[in-house]
Amino acid sequence: MGADAVFHVEGLRKSFGQNEVLGGISLDLFAGEVTVLMGANGAGKSTLVKIVSGVYEHGAGSMRLAGKAFDPQTPAEAIRAGVVTVHQNINDGVVADLDVATNLTLDRLSGKGASLLFKPANVRAEARAVADRMGLAIDLKARVSDLSLADRQMVAIARAMAHKPKVLILDEPTSSLSSAEADRLFSLIDRLRGQGVAILYISHRMSDIRRLADRIVSMRDGVVSGIFDRKPLDYEGAVNAMLGRKIHLDKVVARSSARAVFTAEGLRLAQGSRPISMTLGAGEVVAITGLVGVGKTALAETLFGVRRPLAGSMHMDGKPYAPGSAREAIAAGVFLVAKDRAASGIVGGFNIERNISLPFLKRMSDLGVMKKRAERAAARRQIDELGIVCRSEKDELSALSGGNQQKVMVARWMSQASRLSILDEPFQGVDISARRDIAAKLRASADGRATLIFVTEIDEALETADRILVMSEHTIVGEHRNDDIDLDRLLAEVAGGPLTSAA
Amino acid sequence: MSSSLAGKATARERSMTLRDYAIRYGFIVLLVGLIAYFAVAADGFASPQSAVFIFQSVAITGVLALGVTATLVVGGFDLSIGSVATSAMMAASYAMVVLEQDAIVAVIACLVIGVIVGLINGWLIVYMRVPDLLATLGMMFLLLGLQRIPTEGRSIATGMTMPDGSVANGKFSEAFLALGRHRIDFFIPSLIPVSVVVLVVLAVLIWFFLEYTRFGRMMYAVGSNERAAELAGAPVKAYKIWAYVISGVFASIGGILLAARLGRGDIASGNNLLLDAVAAALIGYAVLGAAKPNAFGTAVGAVFVGVLLQGLTMMNAPYYTQDFVKGAVLVVALVFTFALSGRGKR
Repeated sequence: MGADAVFHVEGLRKSFGQNEVLGGISLDLFAGEVTVLMGANGAGKSTLVKIVSGVYEHGAGSMRLAGKAFDPQTPAEAIRAGVVTVHQNINDGVVADLDVATNLTLDRLSGKGASLLFKPANVRAEARAVADRMGLAIDLKARVSDLSLADRQMVAIARAMAHKPKVLILDEPTSSLSSAEADRLFSLIDRLRGQGVAILYISHRMSDIRRLADRIVSMRDGVVSGIFDRKPLDYEGAVNAMLGRKIHLDKVVARSSARAVFTAEGLRLAQGSRPISMTLGAGEVVAITGLVGVGKTALAETLFGVRRPLAGSMHMDGKPYAPGSAREAIAAGVFLVAKDRAASGIVGGFNIERNISLPFLKRMSDLGVMKKRAERAAARRQIDELGIVCRSEKDELSALSGGNQQKVMVARWMSQASRLSILDEPFQGVDISARRDIAAKLRASADGRATLIFVTEIDEALETADRILVMSEHTIVGEHRNDDIDLDRLLAEVAGGPLTSAA
Repeated sequence: MSSSLAGKATARERSMTLRDYAIRYGFIVLLVGLIAYFAVAADGFASPQSAVFIFQSVAITGVLALGVTATLVVGGFDLSIGSVATSAMMAASYAMVVLEQDAIVAVIACLVIGVIVGLINGWLIVYMRVPDLLATLGMMFLLLGLQRIPTEGRSIATGMTMPDGSVANGKFSEAFLALGRHRIDFFIPSLIPVSVVVLVVLAVLIWFFLEYTRFGRMMYAVGSNERAAELAGAPVKAYKIWAYVISGVFASIGGILLAARLGRGDIASGNNLLLDAVAAALIGYAVLGAAKPNAFGTAVGAVFVGVLLQGLTMMNAPYYTQDFVKGAVLVVALVFTFALSGRGKR
């Protein structure tokens, strides 16, 4: 191994302060192969990617690209050497205020040999060539800020391809793509594989991995815990190596609820959409599933008062409920763990305990003065119950892994009793073990309140909910009790096809 | 997957490297060193009178700096504080000299100006969506012009001739002047000026407000992640407007102290207020490695600037080098904050 590898990493180490994130990683990438890197959140995948792409410096160890030493000091150096990375955060890969054509050719604007003048005609022509090679069907004159998230992702990847890289690193590229868009990406990856590019593909999605992987490398706690390259690939072994424990799909014992907590009648979210009516009962966990962009977040925000429905009414415990703001919703006992924790959840510069207490400062203060002891006690209880891995409740969130950050966000809204708890994509970018901790906490604490989770992945709904509702085109198109589910019917509803099968 | 709360204190202590110490205590050490140096090098620097003089010299800019700290906390900025202070000074003088009112009316007029300017600033920024720097810059120009209109550009003093030819016969009330000139006995007779007491009281108030009340906590949250604060139920717009009102009121208090010290409405005074106050607040980022706006740091920053200037003056450094020294200190402080504390690339 390693003799004919295009890209070779040997004994790479990295520490942040006292915290060793990478403990000697060795990795080989081969031309024309897709190597999937699997690892739970906090295993060190992101750190590895950032070292390889020149964002972080590394400690001990070395890297070789095509036989030559490779030690990029900046991202630009890495790109010029032929190692191109598409980061998980899409907005890192595109400049929102420029048009698509400029974005596709952005890296030609700097570095050696770049023309002093900006020539729009050349840029257009180059961008057209790149777009055609990619099969990218986006208006090149459109501003990136006007594009959907999925289109931005395609632009970011196309931009990376424009370098004709030797090594392409894709960090969870499908996390915000629909399945049709993901298929476009996969066929593109197949084409690149055919052209002899070495690809490192990082993902949590088993369906992606089964579709693409030639080899699987599993990481755990900063070291490689397993390499799988014998066909047929041992997927279960890879997952096992990543988690260090046997996973099986948790079977939920579906409960049913007698007493309604929340009801919605004739709720309309968008022009021309069919109205939504639903009832959520005390003690049950209901999942709403559907593709990206079918209005899940719009519904969550409507229930939480930050968006107004076009029509319809809501009731909490039989009383009319029409919140005009998040503040009113919280006062009525409706809590929301919002999607995208970095943008709408985490307060940077606040430690764990301050992040947890944020919505409940009034309850944790006397005459406006904070009761620090109560605050700390609440945080410690949540850290314990959710198994948040940290040194203490004084840790800043930037020191935590993604899964633990998400646990803090859940902890924030579990620290006080609620009537209706809404969680929008609570498992986004979270590894399986953190997901199970969160799901277990949700189910264990569900008594007395209604719990509603919005998830794109059906597996997450199956593992967590008593009842599953399916959304399509801003309305609810199906309902399933989570025992002996007719998965074919559920999938058909998710796909938005005609509802032919009889219930 | 269990949290380890035990032993966290030791882990925390062990993780303090020399660099962490430099970031945390660097500026305090620098301040102490500076004081020690001047105490040795400049005759009479190490005396209660000298210390009081330093505090007096920073009292007004310190008050302004505490106000601007509030806007920095919510992620904003207030460039209008200097002109709010001079407008308040002119208003107080006009009330007493031209309108022949007493000290209480003058003080109330100033505070009202502070509140109104703060509300307008907040409204421009929150509802008109004007970027904070531009909104308060506009307000600064507006006030600089407005304060000259009632007297057609003249300074205000007893016996001045008004635009209509009459003579203004009112004068500054003794009670008002006492705010700037009276000294309170403290071990040594007539030691501490009232303005220093005002500074200390306001500093303690705003420090307690920001660190220990839920309102201060939420202001920090608004400044760090507005959307998260809103989804946690905070009235974000109200918090932002309140921050500008605090800033306006503090600036008008600074103006009252300025008028009381000068005893006239001097159109040419107060040129340095804005820059000195902003410098103190930004230096405050570096104190104790806070890397965020904070009241204690702002107060230390103001004292730091005061010590430096007083020491240089006593060592006969020419007056025109002062701005350069202040600027250099500010740049160093910003390096402490942003480069060394590793907020950028790790």
